Amino acid sequence: MKRVPPRMRLLAVLGAASLALAACGDGSDSGSGGDVSEVSIGLMGDLTGENAGIVLPIKNAAQLAVDEYNATSPKVKIKLIPYDSQAKPEQAVSLAKNAIKQDKIVGLIGPAFSGESAQVGPVLEEAKIPSVSASATNATLAESGWKYWHRVISDDDVQGAGIGEFIAKGVAAKKVFVIDDKSTYGQPLAATVKAAAEKGGATTQTDSIDPSGSDFSSTVNKAKAFAPDAIFFGGYYAEGGKLIKQLREGGVKATFLSADGSLDPGLAKGAGGDNAEGSLIGCPCLIDPEGSAGDASKKFAEAYKAKFNAPTAIYAAEAYDAATVFIKAVQSGATTPEDIQKFIGTADFAGVSKQIKFEANGEVSGGDVYIYKVTGESLPLLGNAKTAKP
Amino acid sequence: MSSIEWAKKPVRKITSPVGSGMDALRDWWAIQAGPVRWTVYLALIVGAFLLPHEGIGSFMSPYSDWQGILFYPIGGYILLAIGLNVVVGQAGLLDLGYVAFFAVGGYTMAILGKQFGWGFWEIIAVGVLLAALSGILLGAPTLRLRGDYLAIVTLGFGEIIRLAARNTDSIGGPNGIAGIPHPPNLTEWEFPDNAFFQALDLEGLKPFTYGALDTRPYYYLMLVAIIGTIIFAKRLEHSRVGRAWAAIREDEDAAELMGVPTFKFKLAAFAIGAAFGGLSGVVYGSQATSIIPEDFPFILSATILAAVVLGGSGNIPGVMIGAFLIAWIPERVRGVGEYRILVFGAALVIMMALRPEGLLPSRQRKAELKEGTGGMGSLGAEVGGPGGAEVEVEVSK
Amino acid sequence: MFNDLLNQFWPATVDGLSLGAIYALIALGYTMVYGVLRLINFAHSEIFMIGTFAALAVVNTLGFSSVGGFALVGVVLLLAVVGGLASGASAVALEFLAYRPLRRKGASRLAALISAIGASLFLQQLFARILIPWWFDVPKEKGALPLQGHFVERQDLFAIGDFVVRNDKLIVFLGAIIMMIALDQFVSRTKLGRGIRATAQDPETSVLMGVNIDRIVTATFAIGGAMAGVAAALYMMRFEETDYFVGFLLGIKAFTAAVLGGIGNLRGALVGGLVLGLIEMYGSVLFGTEWQHVVAFTVLVLVLMFRPTGILGESLQQARV
Repeated sequence: MKRVPPRMRLLAVLGAASLALAACGDGSDSGSGGDVSEVSIGLMGDLTGENAGIVLPIKNAAQLAVDEYNATSPKVKIKLIPYDSQAKPEQAVSLAKNAIKQDKIVGLIGPAFSGESAQVGPVLEEAKIPSVSASATNATLAESGWKYWHRVISDDDVQGAGIGEFIAKGVAAKKVFVIDDKSTYGQPLAATVKAAAEKGGATTQTDSIDPSGSDFSSTVNKAKAFAPDAIFFGGYYAEGGKLIKQLREGGVKATFLSADGSLDPGLAKGAGGDNAEGSLIGCPCLIDPEGSAGDASKKFAEAYKAKFNAPTAIYAAEAYDAATVFIKAVQSGATTPEDIQKFIGTADFAGVSKQIKFEANGEVSGGDVYIYKVTGESLPLLGNAKTAKP
Repeated sequence: MSSIEWAKKPVRKITSPVGSGMDALRDWWAIQAGPVRWTVYLALIVGAFLLPHEGIGSFMSPYSDWQGILFYPIGGYILLAIGLNVVVGQAGLLDLGYVAFFAVGGYTMAILGKQFGWGFWEIIAVGVLLAALSGILLGAPTLRLRGDYLAIVTLGFGEIIRLAARNTDSIGGPNGIAGIPHPPNLTEWEFPDNAFFQALDLEGLKPFTYGALDTRPYYYLMLVAIIGTIIFAKRLEHSRVGRAWAAIREDEDAAELMGVPTFKFKLAAFAIGAAFGGLSGVVYGSQATSIIPEDFPFILSATILAAVVLGGSGNIPGVMIGAFLIAWIPERVRGVGEYRILVFGAALVIMMALRPEGLLPSRQRKAELKEGTGGMGSLGAEVGGPGGAEVEVEVSK
Repeated sequence: MFNDLLNQFWPATVDGLSLGAIYALIALGYTMVYGVLRLINFAHSEIFMIGTFAALAVVNTLGFSSVGGFALVGVVLLLAVVGGLASGASAVALEFLAYRPLRRKGASRLAALISAIGASLFLQQLFARILIPWWFDVPKEKGALPLQGHFVERQDLFAIGDFVVRNDKLIVFLGAIIMMIALDQFVSRTKLGRGIRATAQDPETSVLMGVNIDRIVTATFAIGGAMAGVAAALYMMRFEETDYFVGFLLGIKAFTAAVLGGIGNLRGALVGGLVLGLIEMYGSVLFGTEWQHVVAFTVLVLVLMFRPTGILGESLQQARV
């Protein structure tokens, strides 16, 4: 048999394949415009990774809103496409580009976390695709000058100031030990809490833990030496639980406080026994499985429970609101990203979590911080940070 | 080596089904004259230029943005692998903290671009120099260490760079630096919108306009950087420096005795490898918009090392293939969702078991492997097994 | 800064020794495999991880709670046996599936290193995605989250300076010392141990002397893995929590400890581990906990600059002084 050099064969195959594929590519590009009967909205976040527990309620709530809308047999249906970024920025960017170019989404719910939002923001901005995040709370995001980026949750500066004030006034702590996990989320939040607590008259000391480590004893020893009235931890619940456990076992009995990243039953579980009992967790979000905050909240809580057989969880109400923003836009007749963006600029309606109205930089107007109290493995709402007493 | 000689080696051939095609390809390549080679080079460059085609992308990466992953990780890994190959493949120094130089480049781009408002082209020069300097700083005190001691020290250095960046608030701490400027547009020129360019999927592309949405201009930038480093690395390999590295890799003591200033050449390998890493960091940073310390974890060092060894340590086409596969496989199998890293890990183990010398080891390295282990060191207890005996016989003839 | 160190000297010392003891036990496995095969077995972290899950399964199944006093020693012994068996068996399986084919082909150490990294990723993901959801009955998307099994009652035993030593910290420390002495005796006194030392020193000659290399390598992985399993049991008693990624940082630190003490040297692994634990705790007090790892690696570089083969020097065959 006459041997064809392998490289040549490879080139020939590749050449033929690319020509054939080129022909396919041309055909698919030319079919847009005219009346649409369905638009695609993306939803991006960590759906299978380590923080999937935080993002799944977001996905569920958004799905609930979209399903409710589609069940009314509207003229233009909405298709919700999930994108699993696993909270990895580069993965998020790649998926966002695919969403824009191939799936032709007209809007995006998310990205769920701040790190991925920082990277995806410029891409959406250039593609002119509006986004509404239910959970990315990093304060610097709103300073990037993006027009198409929005969120229905107050940022970490609002949250940190609220919790810091609560520590100084509500808890009436004189000495506060502030711990962060050196993450993009925990560190700035802890810094804001520290500043607000100091403004309220408390003295503070700080330390950091390594979230990939398991031995926090040097932090525990420092806390013990400082003998604080309250400890604030800026970080996620997986480490928060371990930290509480080691603090309590090390004989540190100060009130433990944390923020939205630790607002999860996993905190008490990780802490073990009743170590976490009475800990206070702040969040700019409203979690209200009993529906005690109002009729809309009650209706949402019941529908969520019926559909997913689970109580509403963190950011679910906000995600429902974020999805509602897009639903209302489509109901008003907007089916292009540009029209939806215009609608979002003028949106002003009562959502489940709060009044939804955006400022020019994409932040939601107003916004309260709520305090939740660890009781057993549940986290009942204690009240607004401005008025709550531990 | 002709194909007849090759046929005499049944042991290797049976045990290496993955690589036999690669070997045949290399044997064919070895006998080609200049014009054929230049034609192939040209074809490869044109092919690389046309690679972002959506048609190719829909097959190569149906689950994520092909043009984006062509720039990074594929392009980025290839550039990093070429750089690491200088250190590991050519000089035979095990570096487990190569990501540190990538980080130095990325942070140089971010700090000078964002905080000092420098232009991209000046930053490239500074970033490469700074990375080379950090390579020298790391190498000077540690290069007297042998083998695995060097490995753990470089691993430590990689972690120190990442943690120091994370703990230093003036460069953003854990938040890193956001709002890194893109390179200035060289020209707004775009490909005309006609049937020919439509077929190539290039219509309307502005190859020198650097925005956020279209990654292709960055990919072409990366391509130029890769071609440049290949030429540089290739010239080095055939120079006095390259021969000195080969001598060090094979037997450092003997090289020293023969009058090769081993320390100087090892330091040069570190500096040059680091410079390549810095270059890829700058190019990556110019596109990424924001970087955080967690973009530079230890596992990235390990991944690039895997690319070098998998492709064939010491051989540039080999490490490029290795880097391509390492970057591409996890994207391609995104369809299996959460199992993709599982598949990737298993693929690494299986590929090494089938082809431990790499997919495309260099000719010279193959010869060296017959003598010993090509500067990669041998496992301690490798004699005595029944299979091992066969290889021993084959190797010694 | 230095005032803090004076104030927290005893707490930092006790915690440093108890952290270092775990490093040391994991380092023993690294060092044994390295001594015989000259291979950095990156997947050793995952061997440790498997041990923690085996121990967790025992705790969950037998439903221990609030165990203290001498009962705790008994429970830890049980966990150590189960963890040691699970980890030892996994290490042997790993050697058989991933490294033996490479040895047969006379592959380079670098190839084996990449194989180790691949095996490490594979095992992590295998647990996070498949085994943990199945074994511990958690939802599939939560397989990556930590699992707890609280069973220890912390008891204060006695005070050093102004710091009270707790039962779990003491058991970890004593456990590491006992295991190291046992292993040291095993390697220097038994026939198998002599075979291991001979192979570490000169594989060619030991083959000529009638040593079965494959058997020695299997034994090395089994013993090294079992050590990781014992470390896992002690770790579970100390922290009562694990996840699929638990071995990663500990593994890197244990390898650092092995190199610090002199890789291939069993006593070096113990010394390296304890020294590293102390350095980390003192460094945390002095510079802040965020600099813990930076301090550790910096000290490693400094030590190697002045003692290029670690504190005690290398080589398993010299284990018997």
